[in-house]
Amino acid sequence: MLAYIVRRLFNAIITLLVVTAVTFAIFFAIPKATGSDPALLYIGKQSDPAAIEGIRTKMGFNDPIIVQYGKFLKGIVAGRDYANGPDVTHCPAPCLGYSFSTDQEVTPLLMEDLPVTLSLALGAAVLWLIIGISFGVISALRRGTFIDRAAMTTALAGVSLPVYFTGLLASAIFIYWLEWLPQGQYVPFTENPAEWFTGLLLPWITLAFLFAATYARLTRANMLETLGEDYVRTARAKGLTERVVIGKHALRSGLTPIVTIFGLDLGALLGGAVLTETVFNLRGLGYQALTAIRQNDLPIILGVTLIAAFFIVFANLIVDLVYGWIDPRVRLA
Amino acid sequence: MSLGPEASITDESTAPTADAAERPGEKAIAGRSLKQIAWRRLKKDKVAIAGACVVIFLILVAVLAPLLIKWFGHPFDEPHIDQLDPTLSTPLGKLGGISREFLLGVEPQSGRDIFSRIIYGAQTTLSVAFLSAFVSTILGTVFGLMAGFLGGWVDSVISRIMDFLLAFPQLLFAIALLSVLPDTFFGLGDRWSRVFVLVGVIGFFGWPYIGRIVRGQTLSLREREFVEASRSLGARSGRILFRELLPNLAAPILVYTTLIIPTNILTEAALSFLGVGIPPPNPSWGGMLSDAVTFYQIDPMYMIIPGGVIFITVLAFNLFGDGLRDALDPKAR
Repeated sequence: MLAYIVRRLFNAIITLLVVTAVTFAIFFAIPKATGSDPALLYIGKQSDPAAIEGIRTKMGFNDPIIVQYGKFLKGIVAGRDYANGPDVTHCPAPCLGYSFSTDQEVTPLLMEDLPVTLSLALGAAVLWLIIGISFGVISALRRGTFIDRAAMTTALAGVSLPVYFTGLLASAIFIYWLEWLPQGQYVPFTENPAEWFTGLLLPWITLAFLFAATYARLTRANMLETLGEDYVRTARAKGLTERVVIGKHALRSGLTPIVTIFGLDLGALLGGAVLTETVFNLRGLGYQALTAIRQNDLPIILGVTLIAAFFIVFANLIVDLVYGWIDPRVRLA
Repeated sequence: MSLGPEASITDESTAPTADAAERPGEKAIAGRSLKQIAWRRLKKDKVAIAGACVVIFLILVAVLAPLLIKWFGHPFDEPHIDQLDPTLSTPLGKLGGISREFLLGVEPQSGRDIFSRIIYGAQTTLSVAFLSAFVSTILGTVFGLMAGFLGGWVDSVISRIMDFLLAFPQLLFAIALLSVLPDTFFGLGDRWSRVFVLVGVIGFFGWPYIGRIVRGQTLSLREREFVEASRSLGARSGRILFRELLPNLAAPILVYTTLIIPTNILTEAALSFLGVGIPPPNPSWGGMLSDAVTFYQIDPMYMIIPGGVIFITVLAFNLFGDGLRDALDPKAR
């Protein structure tokens, strides 16, 4: 078991390294090919050549790409000093560099956005798990009835609706026409829990609707498959109550695939729910990344990609470990 | 590239098995091919047929776009200021200016014909969705077959690459990549240049979904008796791959290609919504929704029409894909 965890951790680190390397390469290679100079992005086009050269030396743009990448990695682990002669700036670990457009340190900038994305993703996840799984199970048990058909039609509509359309529609209806909710904006939980809740309610529902639809379809399909298994028949035959048959025998194996997908989905969302954040104007990681991309702000893009990849890889790791516990047939070797 | 809405994971656990070819028709009438069985099942599935009809209708609309616009619409970039309220610059008529002359109304501010823009957008969206599904299918089939058939280190490398691509913050990355790639190349206009870039990006990120399924199926088919028989008769690898394995993989490949198209439509619309897809003034459904953000409180039809069209299109493809999967997969139902 320990060896397995160590190996998985090792793999996870390799994946993260490759993700950063690829992102790094693309964002340095393509601007070079199109002839734009990152030093100019820091300092503005009208500056004198000496100042530009100073920035280049300080930020290390004169080094070969591989050296720049190495320094970037070192910054994450141990922090780094940007030096141009006597002019030294220290960036403490984990250092992700400085924003091109605002000259701010990237790490604290992203840490400010992280709670928004976390609140959005975790809140929505709770909702979609409860709604999706319960409707999926009910549909499977009451197969062919009105409830089943209604739930599955709604779910199919749900997976076919883009989140940016449902989001707009929901805010049009609930904020502007019915005026049930205030015009959304993010308020930190520690500041005012009630406003935090009302501000995030619509984004949660919008995002959860989409995922709940997928989960309901998936749960139903898995449950139907499990309910047809021999051991479920055996459990019924030996006189167990329906509750035990469903709750203890069918659900457990019917829900294992859900765990895998939940890990991937949540991991992907924690790295920035770009669309939902854009529609509801939430300043999370996804929003930050989109702004950075529009301004060609490489250090921020790199930072967000790295955080996003970290969450996905980490979620995968947890899923794999949990999987062995839920499903004893999976050998951890 | 299942970025779809907020990067969802397709329901893999419901993957069809390619056993279909082996099983006799249910009523034990010998000599019915899989195609015949599937066609019979599909014909009975009215919902799937309805989906297929809508899909065919949409393809016709996209192909005949220039004619339809000539007959029923106006050039897509022609402003009609006379249709707008001079002070608010919103459409004069009811329901966003829907009239006999402007079938789906006019855009606020510019007064462009929404009908023409939707039709023209259908052409772009469907081209991107189909071509990128094609790219994903080719790549997925080739690499999946190689991994499953050759095994060994080839399998490990390909599987690792697939895992890596799936563990990648795809939407962020696609946005970033699209924003640094040049707008025009090969002397193509900005519209078709972008279409090809989108096809490349969406197609590339989509192949692991098909690749994983093809690999899994190949792994199990490879050990089957008919492959062994063929090999013992002296068949070369090429023959086994193309004459024994590929025909048995046709069903799952077809199903997953059909199901990847709606995901691609959502992705293209999402990227255009975020401003890195089809460049304006070329119409795209996602771009129209993004323009509608500023107007949806006063002119909701401007948001509802493109959103509704995306919904209907994706729903139709999903219904048809689900029906096809049920028809080709005897295990389901």
